[in-house]
Amino acid sequence: MGSYQPSTQEERQAMLEAIGCQSMDDLYAQVPPQMRLDHLDLPDGKSELEVRRILEGIAAKNTVFPSVFRGAGAYKHYIPAIVKSVTSKETFVTAYTPYQAELSQGVLQSIFEYQTMICALTGMDASNASIYDGASAAAEAVAMCRDRKRSTVLISAAAHPMVRRTVETYCFGNGMEVKTVPVKNGFTDTQALTDLLDDTVACFYLQQPNYFGRIEAAKELGEAAHAAGAKFIMGVNPIAMAVLKTPGECGADIAVGEGQPLGMPLSFGGPYLGFMAATSALTRKLPGRIVGETTDHDGRRAYVLTLQAREQHIRREKASSNVCSNQALCAMTAAVYLAAVGPDGLRQVAERCMAHARYAAQKVCDVPGFDMVYPGPYFHEFVTTCPCKPEKLLTGLAKRGILGPLPLEDGNLLWCATEMNTRDEIDALEQAIREVV
Amino acid sequence: MELLFEKSRKGRRCDLLPPLDVPPAHLMAGMERETPLDLPELSEVDLTRHYSALERRAHGVNNGFYPLGSCTMKYNPRINEELSALPGFTGVHPTQSADTAQGCLEVLYLAEELLCEITGMDAMTFQPAAGAHGEFTALLMVKKYHLDRGDTARTKILVPDSAHGTNPASAAMCGFTVVNVPSNPDGGVDLEALKAAAGPDTAALMLTNPNTLGLFDPNILEITQIVHDAGGLCYYDGANLNAVMGVVRPGDMGFDLVHLNLHKTFSTPHGGGGPGSGPVGCKKFLQDFLPVFHVEEGGDGLEFKDPAKSIGSVKVFYGNFTVVVKALAYILTLGAQGIPEAAKGAVLNANYLREQLRGTYDIAYGDGPCMHEFVLTLHDLKKQTGVSAMDVAKALIDHGIHPPTMYFPLIVEEALMFEPTETESRETLDEAAAVLRDIRAQADADPESLHTAPHTTPIGRPDEVKAARHPVLRYTPPEGKA
Amino acid sequence: MNTPDHLRYTKSHEWILFADDGTAKVGLTDHAQDALGDLVFVNLPQVGDALTCGEALGDVESVKAVSDVYSPVTGTVKAVNEDLLDTPEAINSDPYGAWLVEVENITDQEELLDAAAYQDHCAQED
Repeated sequence: MGSYQPSTQEERQAMLEAIGCQSMDDLYAQVPPQMRLDHLDLPDGKSELEVRRILEGIAAKNTVFPSVFRGAGAYKHYIPAIVKSVTSKETFVTAYTPYQAELSQGVLQSIFEYQTMICALTGMDASNASIYDGASAAAEAVAMCRDRKRSTVLISAAAHPMVRRTVETYCFGNGMEVKTVPVKNGFTDTQALTDLLDDTVACFYLQQPNYFGRIEAAKELGEAAHAAGAKFIMGVNPIAMAVLKTPGECGADIAVGEGQPLGMPLSFGGPYLGFMAATSALTRKLPGRIVGETTDHDGRRAYVLTLQAREQHIRREKASSNVCSNQALCAMTAAVYLAAVGPDGLRQVAERCMAHARYAAQKVCDVPGFDMVYPGPYFHEFVTTCPCKPEKLLTGLAKRGILGPLPLEDGNLLWCATEMNTRDEIDALEQAIREVV
Repeated sequence: MELLFEKSRKGRRCDLLPPLDVPPAHLMAGMERETPLDLPELSEVDLTRHYSALERRAHGVNNGFYPLGSCTMKYNPRINEELSALPGFTGVHPTQSADTAQGCLEVLYLAEELLCEITGMDAMTFQPAAGAHGEFTALLMVKKYHLDRGDTARTKILVPDSAHGTNPASAAMCGFTVVNVPSNPDGGVDLEALKAAAGPDTAALMLTNPNTLGLFDPNILEITQIVHDAGGLCYYDGANLNAVMGVVRPGDMGFDLVHLNLHKTFSTPHGGGGPGSGPVGCKKFLQDFLPVFHVEEGGDGLEFKDPAKSIGSVKVFYGNFTVVVKALAYILTLGAQGIPEAAKGAVLNANYLREQLRGTYDIAYGDGPCMHEFVLTLHDLKKQTGVSAMDVAKALIDHGIHPPTMYFPLIVEEALMFEPTETESRETLDEAAAVLRDIRAQADADPESLHTAPHTTPIGRPDEVKAARHPVLRYTPPEGKA
Repeated sequence: MNTPDHLRYTKSHEWILFADDGTAKVGLTDHAQDALGDLVFVNLPQVGDALTCGEALGDVESVKAVSDVYSPVTGTVKAVNEDLLDTPEAINSDPYGAWLVEVENITDQEELLDAAAYQDHCAQED
């Protein structure tokens, strides 16, 4: 049995006696005896080696696909070695939220640098220290837009289904009404958006590139929202920000997104990173932690958690969000990733994603029965038809070490390619499809 | 110290990707980013040294004593980090079919089973990413449960005045009205006030037990009974479970729902503020309201099922999965005997440290034993010497000790809240007590030196007023350098 | 503590100055700003908002606290002092110059104190 308690039984007994107690029962005197547990129905404790074997055995039951052609909200990108080496530093891993600025400048500065990079990426004025993930960031952004007169949320049906679901769930809590803007030809339907906009609409949420990989006319859709007095929220893929018009350039009031592509492994869905940035007009409405620059009494540059009077520990029931942590280590992961790739490197990653996706689309569509469903521009995901049952295709590909596309509700397939998918791999994919179908 | 942006030099880079092996692709005109992408340009050695320098300007529990009350800063075992980083876990795509992700599903299934036993609950979700996220999730379940019964009158959440700020904030996010319940002179819930507050409009009570004063409420069964009699649910904030795990279970105290902080009680690290994990457990009658993706046994092994009346989803996918791996490894390591041993060790260490300080500092609600944490009140010290809780906290930094939680709970003046946890040795506690006694002596001899503490850190006390009045939230290059 | 004679005060530490045209300006007293410490932000209502006497019209933030500001009168917001959004410190340095809101269409007011009565009230509270 492991315990991680340094003190021995004898030492503990001595400590008990030092404070005038006979047994531990004295210290639990306040716990009504009838409630106390005789024993826990758990397995006996184990040594480190035993636990290692158990967990390694469990992990071995998973299939890790060498070749991944699926995204749909979780993307396999190259993670530079420096990212893991920095973020596994023991101090960063085992620190708490940096309440004590004097002792936490390292963590605070890293968050400040992260905030700066998120602003650069999105073209927004101010970023928070991050939030749980892209979906919860979207839901928090929606809540930021509510005011006394406006409590309807419009969300594009071309947003990730789980983002939509999360927004709906948060709104079940706060009472905002959610309406969905339908999709037409793989794009958010502009006319439908215009029809739904009225003076009760607090905000419109658009995903860019959208769930089908398509590049929306974000600026125009945002202008329509603004014309009706609604706020415009964009959920964006951070890698795509190297090449696509930013939320700032599209006139968004709030930019959010799933930060996982910035150096985080797939990890069966988490931990990921929600990034969140806003115009200066909305800065004080941002939820969660925010780091700011100031000076100490000797005039030295210093970083602190700031604008805290927005937060739950001060406003309690009047706070607009209950968030009290961030995903600090994930935010640091993103910052190290962005610093390692740099401006040219990120652009390179984005362009590789596009080039590999186009090559993959071409190869997939060379196989009879696979056709692009939507014509026109896309980033690194695309939708094709499927001439057979998707399960048949996926099982066949899985046998060949390939995680194939995600089947959509309408029977079509959502594919993804990144810089990780080499030409050889894509050629092998085509071959595999031909064999399976 | 310089920021990454100030260290940036045009053209520096890390070479990471091979040459392009397919024809290039381009965006259509009008879609492209127009503003230059202002990311720093650095070589790998620049980066490594930068973050090594930042690491030296930080403090984690694995570096030294971190008695931050209510945060359970226990040692974070290295093995758990290794296991959570196994490629068999990190390489799994969240949308893989269940038959190719049985290992991941088993982690969630096993962790649910073990944590349900520890809490006395029947089912659990791992979707919430943090404690506050768990509170929010549980209160949505409360809301949906009452609405599902057709009871629309239950709009109020009872919260003791000693509660963490997240409790009322979570309640407000769910559209509830918060009713504050005062504490009695012993620091527990005032039963008469609770009786008066509970009624047909009560949706639930949120309670931390032991509470934020580090006291186990001996009236707990009566408290939960009062709320149940009024038709409300009882929600256990698991922030302080470390004091009682394996000794007494929230389910046996009368609670219907509970959230846990795996990053506190189950020793997954805090990561400087996250990622954490805030699973929510519930009794059987609430199981249908859990978020989507509950792991169940199916015909071909484990699979995800959406509960019939699910509140929906509070996050993308299934929660902070690899954090659950760490917690699972921890529970398997400690096992049936180790879990209560850890709780008892935490309580012993808190009581031991408290007794070392008795007579030197005033202890709030200090008559009986405490649980895993205790609160000092420096009200009189401040009156006598001018030395505040903040001054003492900052002075500790100069001795390599992370300060305790300051000015919380709100019902104690000049509060310092210590939670040593079970993973500290007697020597560490003795040293900390000696340091605190020295600081007390210094408060009489040289209070001025305490007002300006800490003296050994890269910066002194920051100007927080300046930071908040005129927020600078990102780096802007000096004029002419952009 | 400065309590000018030409103002009226509330027990919750706001001052009010009635103008001849029936409007009034509201701010925080010297006593209030001293107790609150360095203020870092103010949340003000919008022009046109209806105020109810005794209810919060906005709040002021210090680094570690937030305090509601209560309206001494029932009426409509005619103007808000937007300068305070950039310089909340004006409330600390010049509490009686740094008005928060100007109110019109006043239909009700709470029990107001004169300077002497307000000073007594503060003395009792301490």
